[in-house]
Amino acid sequence: MTFTGWLTIFLFVTLLTLFAIPVGGYLAKVYTGERTFLDPLFAVPERLAYRVLHVDAAKGQDWKQYARSLIIFSLTGWLLLYLILRTQTLWDFTGLNPMHYHSGTWSVSFNTASSFMTNTNWQFYSGETTMSYFSQMAGLTVQNFLSAGVGIVVAVALIRGIIGRSGKSLGNFWQDMVRTVLWVLTPMSIVIAIVLVWQGSIQNFSHYLSVDGITGLGQQIAMGPVASQEAIKMLGTNGGGFFNVNSAHPFENPNGFTNFFEMLVVLIIPAALVFQYGRMSGNRRQGLAIYSAMMIMFLGAASVAYIAEAHGSPAQHAAGLHTQVLAGSTGGNLEGKEQRFGIAGSALFDVVTTVTSCGAVNSALESFTGIGGAVPFANLSASEVIFGGVGTGLYSILLYVLLAVFIGGLMVGRTPEYLGKKIEAREIKLVSLGILITPLTALFATALATASKAGRASIDTAIAHGPQAFSETFYAYLSQANNNGSAFAGYTGYIQPNAGNLGAHGITFADLLGGFDMLFARYAPILFALAVAGSLAGKRVSPAGLGTMRTDNPTFVVLLIGVIVLIGALTFFPALLLGPIVQGLTGHLY
Amino acid sequence: MKRDLITSAIGIIVFTLFCGIVYPLFITGVSQVAFPGNANGQKIYVHGKLVGSKIIGQNFGDVVMKNGKPELTAGNPVTTPDPRYFQTRPSGTTPADNAAASSFANYGPNSVVTEQAITSNIQAYIALDKAPNGTPYYPGGLTAGKVPVDAADTSASGIDPDISVRNADIQAYRIAAVRNLSLGTVDKLISTYTSGRGLGFSGEPGVDVLELNLALDRRTGGS
Repeated sequence: MTFTGWLTIFLFVTLLTLFAIPVGGYLAKVYTGERTFLDPLFAVPERLAYRVLHVDAAKGQDWKQYARSLIIFSLTGWLLLYLILRTQTLWDFTGLNPMHYHSGTWSVSFNTASSFMTNTNWQFYSGETTMSYFSQMAGLTVQNFLSAGVGIVVAVALIRGIIGRSGKSLGNFWQDMVRTVLWVLTPMSIVIAIVLVWQGSIQNFSHYLSVDGITGLGQQIAMGPVASQEAIKMLGTNGGGFFNVNSAHPFENPNGFTNFFEMLVVLIIPAALVFQYGRMSGNRRQGLAIYSAMMIMFLGAASVAYIAEAHGSPAQHAAGLHTQVLAGSTGGNLEGKEQRFGIAGSALFDVVTTVTSCGAVNSALESFTGIGGAVPFANLSASEVIFGGVGTGLYSILLYVLLAVFIGGLMVGRTPEYLGKKIEAREIKLVSLGILITPLTALFATALATASKAGRASIDTAIAHGPQAFSETFYAYLSQANNNGSAFAGYTGYIQPNAGNLGAHGITFADLLGGFDMLFARYAPILFALAVAGSLAGKRVSPAGLGTMRTDNPTFVVLLIGVIVLIGALTFFPALLLGPIVQGLTGHLY
Repeated sequence: MKRDLITSAIGIIVFTLFCGIVYPLFITGVSQVAFPGNANGQKIYVHGKLVGSKIIGQNFGDVVMKNGKPELTAGNPVTTPDPRYFQTRPSGTTPADNAAASSFANYGPNSVVTEQAITSNIQAYIALDKAPNGTPYYPGGLTAGKVPVDAADTSASGIDPDISVRNADIQAYRIAAVRNLSLGTVDKLISTYTSGRGLGFSGEPGVDVLELNLALDRRTGGS
C-alpha cells in the first residue's frame, strides 16, 4: 500500500460528494419542473417530442399506469434491439459494418438484448469480434440511455409516492423519460465523451488498422465509435464495454486521469439522486442520512479491496515473486491489472463499478485475491444499495429504509412511520418481496447451473478448479440478477473460433438462464417498488410527534447499515464461504 | 394499452435516431475536428509505414523458424523476444498483444495454473537477461525475487502499452549492451517516455514501450 493509493481513495470520495450536491439540486429541479439553465435549449425539443409521441405530459399516472407504460416501452426496446442484433449484415449499406460481421447465435442475441435492456450489460460476446458499429450505436448505445432512464424514473416515482400529498399520481412516465434523456443523460454524455477523446479515446468508423509493427510481426487494431459509447456506459451505470476487456482497454480508458474521471462519472448520478431525494422530501437530512450509510459501506469495501490486492496472491508467492512496493514498481497482485492504473486505481475502480450496477471493469475480477474478490461478491450481496445503479440504487435502498423503519418501530413498540406516513402490513409485504426477489433469483439460478451438466459446460476448466470454478458460476448469476454485468470472465456462454461469428455457437443453457435471471430480477423489484409508491402516495401525513422515530440521525444510519448487512449476510454467507472466502483464508493452490 | 403500444413504437424509433445515430455522429464530428490524432488511434508512422498505435502494446518479438518455415502453434507463429527491444508485459490474448481480440487471462489467485504461468514468465524474463555466453546483463544477475510484478503478471487488456519504471531500468542493462549505448543514454530515454500519474496522484507511472523502442531505433538504426 502507498500513501498515493490512500490519497486517491480519499480525494475520490471528497470530490464525489462536492460534485454530487449541486448535481442533486439540478436533478430536483428537472423532476419538479423548475427552471434550469438548459431550458432554452431543450424546451422546444421537449414539446416536439410529446407531440410526436402523442402523449399528454401534464396527465399524471397512478402506479399501475406508470408501470404499464414502463413495461411496454421496455419490451418494445428489447424487440428492436433483438432484431438489430439478428440482422447485423442487413445494415451493411450504412457502412457501419466495415469488418462484415454476421450475427451471433440467437441465444447469445437473446442474452445480450435482455442484458442491455435491463441495465445489466452482461456480455457473453466480445465486442470487437462480434458487433458491427451499427449494432453498437443504434442497438447497444440506445439501450444504455434508455435502461438508465428507466432506473432513474422509477426512483423519481418512488420519491413522489413517499412525499406525495395529493392523490395517487406518481408523475408521467413519458415526461420523465424525455426529460431524463434531454436534461440529464445527453448533455452530460456529450461533455464526458469529448473529455475522453481529448485524453486519448478513439471515435471513428474506420476499418480495423493493419499495422506492420517494429519487428515486422504485424498487428490488427480494432477501431470504432468508442468514446460516445464509453461516456453513456459509465454515466448510466451500464458497463457494457465496446471492447472485450472493457475499461482495461487503452482506447476506452487511456490513462490514470481518465480512470479517476470515469469512476466519478459512474457514481455522480447515483450519489446526486440521494441529495435530490433530500431536497424533494423537504428535509435534506433525510438524504444525508442515506448518503452517510452508503458512504460508510463504500469506504469499508474500498479499503478491504485495496489492502487485499496490495498484499499479493498465493500463486504469486508460490512462484517466488516479491510483492512489496519498491521504487518504480507497484508490487501487489498485478495479475490481470494494467500498469497505468496500478493496485489502488484497479481496486477502487472495481469497487465503484460493483457497488453500482455498472459492472465495467478495468482489471480481471477473476484474478483478484480471495478477499479482494470477495468484495465485489459482498457488494452484489447487498443488492446494489451502496449508491447502486442510476435510480435502482435509490429505490432499492428506500425499500431497505422502509424495512429498517418497520424493524425500528417494532423494537420501540410504536407504529412505524416514515416522513409522516404510516407503514402498514401491505407496504411491508411489498417491501419484503421487493428486497428478497433478487437474492432468491441469484441463488436459484446458481444452484441450477452448479447442479446441472449443461450449466457446468460454461466453466473454464483449463484455468478454474475447485472454489474458483464455483466462484465463476455463482458470480455469473449473482451479477446478472443484480443487473451489474461484471464477470469472473472465465465463465462463458459463447464459443467463437474466429472473429465475425461464422462457425460460432452459444451455450444455450447459460445464455437463456442468464437472460431470464436478468429480466426477472429487474422487473419484479421495479413492480414492487412502484406498488409501494402507489400504496404510499395516497396516505395522509400525520405531523411528527415526540414518539416519532427519527430517520435522519446517526442511530438510524447504524440501524440501516445493520439491516442491509444482516439480510445480505444471512442470504449469501454460506455460498460466499464456498468460493472466495475459502480462497482468501488459505494459501493452498488448487 | 393500445395507446402505450403506439407511443412505445414511435418512442423507440425517435430515441434510436436521437441517441443511436445523432449523438454518436455529433461526437464523431466534434472529435474528428478537435482531436483528429486521438480520435483515429494515435497512429505512428515510420518512413511512411504504419508501425503501431502509441497507446496499444505490441509484441516486440521475432518469428521462430523451423526447417526454413515459421513454427506454428494453433495457427499462430511462435515468437521469441527480440533482445534489442524493450519487451512489453505478458499478454493473455492469442496471439500475444492481439489488439483485434483483447482478452483477460483470467488466472485465479489460488490456482496451480497461475503459479505455472508466473513461473514461466519469470524464467523467460531471466533468460532474456543472459548474454549469448550466459553471463547476465543485470549486475549480479536476476532472481525470481528481483523480477518486478508487472514483468511476471499478465496485464488486464493483453495490450498494455506500459511497463513499470523498475522493469524498464532492469531491461536497460541488456539494451545498452546489445546496442552499444551507455546506460546513461538508455536511462535518459526511459525518463523521456515515462508518463506520470494522472493529476499527480491517480494511477502509476508507466513507460511507453513502443515510443521508447522507436527512439532507440532512431538512435542506433533499427531492424
